[in-house]
Amino acid sequence: MLTALLVMASIAVVLGALLGFASIKFKVEGDPLVDQIDAILPQTQCGQCGFPGCRPYATAIAGGEAEINQCPPGGEEGIRKLADLLGREFKPLSEEHGVEKPKSVAIIDEQTCIGCTLCIQACPVDAIVGAAKQMHTIVAADCTGCELCLAPCPVDCISMQPIAETVDTWKWRYPVIEIKAAA
Amino acid sequence: MLRKLFKFHGGVKPQTNKAPSTTAPIAPVPLPDRLVIPLHQAVGGHPRPLVQPGDRVLKGQRIGGADGSLSSAVHASTSGIVRDVAPALMPHTSGLTTLSVIIEPDGEDRWAELDKLNYRSTPPDELRDFLRDAGVVGLGGAVFPSYAKLKPGKEGHLKTLVINGAECEPFITCDDLLMRERAGDMLKGIVAMRHMLHAEEVLIGIEDNKPEAIAAVQAAIAASGEAGIEAVAIPTRYPAGGAKQLIRVLTGIEVPHGRRSTDFGVQCFNVGTAYSIFEALELGRPLVSRIVTVAGNVAQPRNYEVLIGTPMDHLVRLAGPRADTDRYIMGGPMMGVRMPAFDVPVVKATNCVLVGSPALFPPPPPEMPCIRCGECAKACPADLAPFEMYWFSRSKNFGKAQEYHLFDCIECGCCSFVCPSHIPLVDYFRFSKSEIWAREREKDAADTARDRFEFKNLRQEREKQEKAEKLAAKAAATREKVAAGDAATPAAAGAGAAPAKPSGDDAKRALIEAAMEKARQQKAQAAPKNTEVAAPEIQAEIAAIDARRESAAKATEATPPAPGA
Repeated sequence: MLTALLVMASIAVVLGALLGFASIKFKVEGDPLVDQIDAILPQTQCGQCGFPGCRPYATAIAGGEAEINQCPPGGEEGIRKLADLLGREFKPLSEEHGVEKPKSVAIIDEQTCIGCTLCIQACPVDAIVGAAKQMHTIVAADCTGCELCLAPCPVDCISMQPIAETVDTWKWRYPVIEIKAAA
Repeated sequence: MLRKLFKFHGGVKPQTNKAPSTTAPIAPVPLPDRLVIPLHQAVGGHPRPLVQPGDRVLKGQRIGGADGSLSSAVHASTSGIVRDVAPALMPHTSGLTTLSVIIEPDGEDRWAELDKLNYRSTPPDELRDFLRDAGVVGLGGAVFPSYAKLKPGKEGHLKTLVINGAECEPFITCDDLLMRERAGDMLKGIVAMRHMLHAEEVLIGIEDNKPEAIAAVQAAIAASGEAGIEAVAIPTRYPAGGAKQLIRVLTGIEVPHGRRSTDFGVQCFNVGTAYSIFEALELGRPLVSRIVTVAGNVAQPRNYEVLIGTPMDHLVRLAGPRADTDRYIMGGPMMGVRMPAFDVPVVKATNCVLVGSPALFPPPPPEMPCIRCGECAKACPADLAPFEMYWFSRSKNFGKAQEYHLFDCIECGCCSFVCPSHIPLVDYFRFSKSEIWAREREKDAADTARDRFEFKNLRQEREKQEKAEKLAAKAAATREKVAAGDAATPAAAGAGAAPAKPSGDDAKRALIEAAMEKARQQKAQAAPKNTEVAAPEIQAEIAAIDARRESAAKATEATPPAPGA
């Protein structure tokens, strides 16, 4: 009886020590699920989801505080990917957060720009260059099309232009087969 | 000695249809009214335009400068006037435009001053820059800048230089005719390449359905007296002209995915590229024209020496297109792509303009379900399983398609050719590839945006902290100063309740007073009088005016101003 108890107790001690050691040795910093969700989000940093950036939204989704259908730039495909990852049901994009738009870049009308720097402060990815009372311009390659610069502009000189297709970005279409009615 | 040849997996034997276009020699093309030369004709960066509308250009003058690490120059194909530098329709299925130089020929076809180069006495780097600026690119169809390939591998020398004269695609005979008519000059180009690559041996692979070309090349080799160059007849089987397939046939080496053939001591060039290297080095002529086969639905299929930028319809008119022509295909029937219009220009990649009609290329029968017969896998020269890739491409499961090595597909069209269900397999693979590329671009953009966003947050945080620290330091400095002043004043005033340490309110008030005192001092100092540097006479004048103003002011004070003044 006593031997059995001792054996069981020692096994418990050994296994407990092992588990304790493993939890220190293989400790995971941060939440890997947030990273996975963040990787799916388009990183527009537009805040249309109601969170200040993509990562806070990813954290909220992981914590179950937000729905997966609040990201208009990610669109339907993004929602599908999130639904797959999290094993949740697919939902159409929630209307209160906006609609899916074609990818665009912001363009500053350089004649109208007064150099107030308000858009520079608003840009989440530092894609606008300029200085006080100097003309501003947008680094198109880094612009995510978040539209956050539109509202602060006092002279409404920023407009969104859809990105045109070039040979480098052109895609082969999905093969479509004509179906003919049987004669 | 009979060379041992190897076999590549799969392949097909379509009807070659090459004979009609080989009966006549290569013909010149009369100058068109207008040449449209796209600036971006090769793999790599977009060349930047070097001319403006209205400029006079000479034949062979550079109009597009190589830009970036992998880019190749573009030249005016004839002398004339630049009418415009604007986007124009390019020979690409998409029907998109690209920046092009539009030249109106003056009819003189006058060459610019050409610099030749003795390649034996020129350092390799200079030689490569020369070829880059001569716009020499792979003329087999891939248009990869040749200078980037003319580097011996890590070992500093190459074992085998493979020259591709296989020309396996049906209808196309431009390389065949080149070898028949210009084998000697082509060989000079090959010798130059061999010199640059330090290649031990050179193998010129030619499909055995071109006996005239083989004989011509062999005769040229014998005439040149060069050792270690051999023209090898290889069995006719599509796609023996694919670089990897030809290397396999001639050397037995299979280049694995993601590796370069130079790592295995082999490099492969097209015969047309060899000829244009000869022209560039020995004649100083940049790549301004190429041989193009016009075949298909025309009265007299033939090969032409075509200036780059010549509209395709101008070229096809010479061969007599039949009335029911409804499309041009750039390339052959297996890999060619349909052109969006008839007047798109001939570019460096154009080896053939295949004229099509509904009778010659009837629309494919409707696609039937895949029965997984495996014929496509048997025919695939890249050892892939097209039926699996098709399945995943069709369902847009791109990750899985990539797991089946989608990117090793050379889009040769063998699988579509043998498919008993008439599935346009290559179309699915092209679709999948471009979708995957688009996703990768998006992912890269997202990663950059994430980094930049995080950096901005970090920067704002840091700026806030720095500002706070600065303010704190300043406040502390002022407090000290005030405290020092306070320590003196209470003693002087003899206030009874002089605390050793001023209470919070007092400290604040003292700070405010100090700031106000400072502002007062600054105001007093900044009395605006910008006349200190003026000459003495002017100073005297200013003084006089000031005096007059003062007296006038006194006068007005004495007598009130008249109403309405």
